[in-house]
Amino acid sequence: MKFGVVQFPGSCDERDAVHAASLVGEAELLWHADPDLKGSDAVIVPGGFSYGDYLRAGAIARFAPVMESVIAFARHGGLVLGICNGFQVLCEARLLPGALLPNAGLRFVCRQVDLEVANGSTAFTRACSSGGADSAGSGAQAQHLSIPAKHACGRYYADSDTLSAMTEAGQVVLRYAPHENFNGSVADIAGVCNEQGNVFGMMPHPEHAVDALTGSIDGLAIFQSMRMAAEGATTAAESARA
Amino acid sequence: MALPGLADALALGLTEAEYAMVCEQHGRPPNGVELAMYSLLWSEHCAYKHSRKLLRTLPTEGPAVVMGPGENAGAVDIGGGLVCAFKVESHNHPSAVEPFQGAATGVGGILRDIFAVGARPIAVLDSLRFGEPSAERSRYLLDGAVAGIGHYGNSIGVPTVGGEVYFEAPYGQSCLVHAMALGLAPRQRLMRSAAAGPGNALVLFGARTGRDGIGGASVLASAELDDGAHERRPSVQVGDPFEESKLLECSLELLDSELVVSLQDLGAAGLTSAAGEMAAKGEVGLDIDIDAVPLREDGMEPFEVMVSESQERMLCVVEPDQVAAVIECCERWEVNGTVIGAVTDSGRIRLTSGGETVGDMPVNALVDGCPLYDLAPLAPTEPMYAAPDATLDRACAPTEVLLALLASPNLASRRPLFEQYDCLVQSRTVVRPGESDAAVLLVNAIDGSGTDDPAVDRPAMAVSIDGNGRRVAADPYWGSVAVVVECAANLACVGAEPLGATDNLSFGNPEKPHVAWQLTESVRGLGDACRALSVPIVGGNVSLYNDGPAGPIYPTPVIGMVGHLPDARRAGRMGFARAGTSVALVGPFLPTLGACELAKLWGEHLPDGLPAIDLDLVAAALAAVRHGVRSGALESAHDVAEGGLAVALAECCLAGGIGAEVELPTGWPQPVAGAGRGDTGGSDSGDEIFRALFGEGSGGFVVSGSPAALDALAATTPVTVIGTVGGDSLTIAAPGGRIHAGLADLTTANASLKALFP
Repeated sequence: MKFGVVQFPGSCDERDAVHAASLVGEAELLWHADPDLKGSDAVIVPGGFSYGDYLRAGAIARFAPVMESVIAFARHGGLVLGICNGFQVLCEARLLPGALLPNAGLRFVCRQVDLEVANGSTAFTRACSSGGADSAGSGAQAQHLSIPAKHACGRYYADSDTLSAMTEAGQVVLRYAPHENFNGSVADIAGVCNEQGNVFGMMPHPEHAVDALTGSIDGLAIFQSMRMAAEGATTAAESARA
Repeated sequence: MALPGLADALALGLTEAEYAMVCEQHGRPPNGVELAMYSLLWSEHCAYKHSRKLLRTLPTEGPAVVMGPGENAGAVDIGGGLVCAFKVESHNHPSAVEPFQGAATGVGGILRDIFAVGARPIAVLDSLRFGEPSAERSRYLLDGAVAGIGHYGNSIGVPTVGGEVYFEAPYGQSCLVHAMALGLAPRQRLMRSAAAGPGNALVLFGARTGRDGIGGASVLASAELDDGAHERRPSVQVGDPFEESKLLECSLELLDSELVVSLQDLGAAGLTSAAGEMAAKGEVGLDIDIDAVPLREDGMEPFEVMVSESQERMLCVVEPDQVAAVIECCERWEVNGTVIGAVTDSGRIRLTSGGETVGDMPVNALVDGCPLYDLAPLAPTEPMYAAPDATLDRACAPTEVLLALLASPNLASRRPLFEQYDCLVQSRTVVRPGESDAAVLLVNAIDGSGTDDPAVDRPAMAVSIDGNGRRVAADPYWGSVAVVVECAANLACVGAEPLGATDNLSFGNPEKPHVAWQLTESVRGLGDACRALSVPIVGGNVSLYNDGPAGPIYPTPVIGMVGHLPDARRAGRMGFARAGTSVALVGPFLPTLGACELAKLWGEHLPDGLPAIDLDLVAAALAAVRHGVRSGALESAHDVAEGGLAVALAECCLAGGIGAEVELPTGWPQPVAGAGRGDTGGSDSGDEIFRALFGEGSGGFVVSGSPAALDALAATTPVTVIGTVGGDSLTIAAPGGRIHAGLADLTTANASLKALFP
């Protein structure tokens, strides 16, 4: 299992993402100007301020050479995780529905947040519902994840038709727990996936929640899920070929 | 162009005598380009002409010191082949004119200092001073400065892990914005700035050069701000963190590839200062082709190119056969890399433009020729500062006083500020802002090693920044000693041993005798305290002329201290952890009301002097607490600072989310020796309860732990068990008074700064 982590000029959390992914598989940086995904089984578009985010968060990064490959990879069913700025980039690239607007308070906020796993069966959250990181909240209750968020532009928005279709299809994957929605996201949405379920974006940073010493290990479940999904897909493909 | 004369020199800030010295050392009257460069490098900001003699008295050597003052940043050895580089700098004058960009470029500048020595920046801390938040100007400056720091630090991927802020009327016009950064480097990557090797190329890389910030930091910071300050906004530089992010990666890649001989960032006085410093340190000359400098706009005059303070630029010396590789690396990171000159053995800086020589100066005269002045200190006989407006009735009972103190801007929770900063990026942050007295950062975060093997220690660094100007104003010597002690105490509370410190001295106009006295006494105090606690000062900065129409700011020495702890798992926490554990007051703590936060709320004048501090006793307390924390024996530790013992106890409750029941023993605290000194005028026996609960002093800690753990401390430092952790309220019974408040009320009071950030 190999994760490729995109590095744009202005990325900030790419090394953290490599570290987090390397706890469950191999991980390597992918240079923005190079379309080669280096045989990655999954791609992470990390947090930061790609190209300075000067036009609009994520608006320029979507045109990077590496993103052409990432978009093609996603269209062919490859697993793509966008974190924070990466989520913004994936929305700008139309790989994910909706948009991320400036926080309701118009300020950058860095805070540990409590998330509810609204759909625990996706390729990015299946380790959550099976107790991959912490089984304490299993059962009838929604699984909770404690993961830090840090952004100025994380207020998720989609129009109501899109929203109901997404909810119906299980595309709302993570929600802020009650009283935790600090940025004013519609329907408390913290993370969404595409219809096919292979592209996922979230504003909080799972790569900053993989070490108990620095806060929590709840973010590991996201990476473990991706590994399970990627290996399941490989197994399925292999058995299909056989 | 006609040759400039004395009138031009005076307009540029030189004195008549200095201009004469320039002419003499230069060998002839300088031309326009040369005079512009002399005037900048001979300014207070660049030449330290009023402070250098004092700075020489500070201790700069210690077993861990790898690089001391004089380089872009100092550095200490932290073991494992790694060094930590760190430095604090101020950006006061630009921030007072335009707070957002002033603060943002302050962060950008200090980060460049760190990667100029080859270290990857791993943390930023800030130290801010504003007028009372009741004033609109203070709120404007606060909001802009916090946003600016966040904008730059967040965008470049360096966590802001701590800091401090004080609100005092004397900072109303002249706010202070200090930024400290620290970085890590493999020891062999550490880079110095001395140019070397005649024939080597001089390569400028980074942003293009524009007219922004012409004479910015250096001009602004060398004179008092007056009513026309806002008209100087065009001389404040504009920062671009994205450009700096690329510059950082490019610089470190150049160093990792061993492509450069020396490296220097461009800060105040731009290319003039960078080239001058590199040449002076290397005892060489430099030829610079001004026309080669990539410009942001057409038609810039040679002097503008030389003095521009455009941000995000670096200068390096490169061997001729490495130039192509350097340029290639710059291209990959999309920063301009241009050969603009060469190292010579002439000992002169020679500038050409349009095929003509436009400047030719001896490096010695330019960089080291400026005279150093002796100060004429004179202790004031009258109070230098007006008494603050009273905001709390002296009739208020202790519980009301506690809530008022917790809500006072200087003591309220800093969370509304900290939350605007990314404190997590780089995955090193073990202790987040507000969780302990110092930030704790893992040394090895992202190397994938040992994250869950309990047998393997996870070494960490701790860092703290502090400087209570009001106490320094009351007593420049003992107040400054207290600043060093406070920083060391913060490190002790997380279990860290200090390795080194950096200082920033923000003071008023040193040509005024009373300010000169503050500066002289303060530096003496810093030096004595650092020697007593074995903390060398490895670098720093001075910012003078911080005066407003009403007079000088409080004298404000800010100390940033860096320490090491063997295992981050045992990093100390401020909050009470567990019901039933004992609470003790530790250390040689003798509170007085003079210059304390409560005296300010009561509207008291500053006292004339503070009590002496026994640094031997303090050192013993620091060692005992540090050992108790890092051995895991203590469950919490917090130093007693502003607001005294009661506030310290409340902070332990708030951080831990649990209450405590405390009873202060009869006879504590002892009377203060030398009646009156260090105490507020007109104090009477009715004040004794307030002195016990809210009086301030150095060397005190509130710790919690088992009786055995507290006993162990008592072998080397005074320990008084005063209570027990538990419940959801704080009760303090003292002879003559009592405090009782629920955690919810304490929390509400402490959250008062929220209102400043709607």
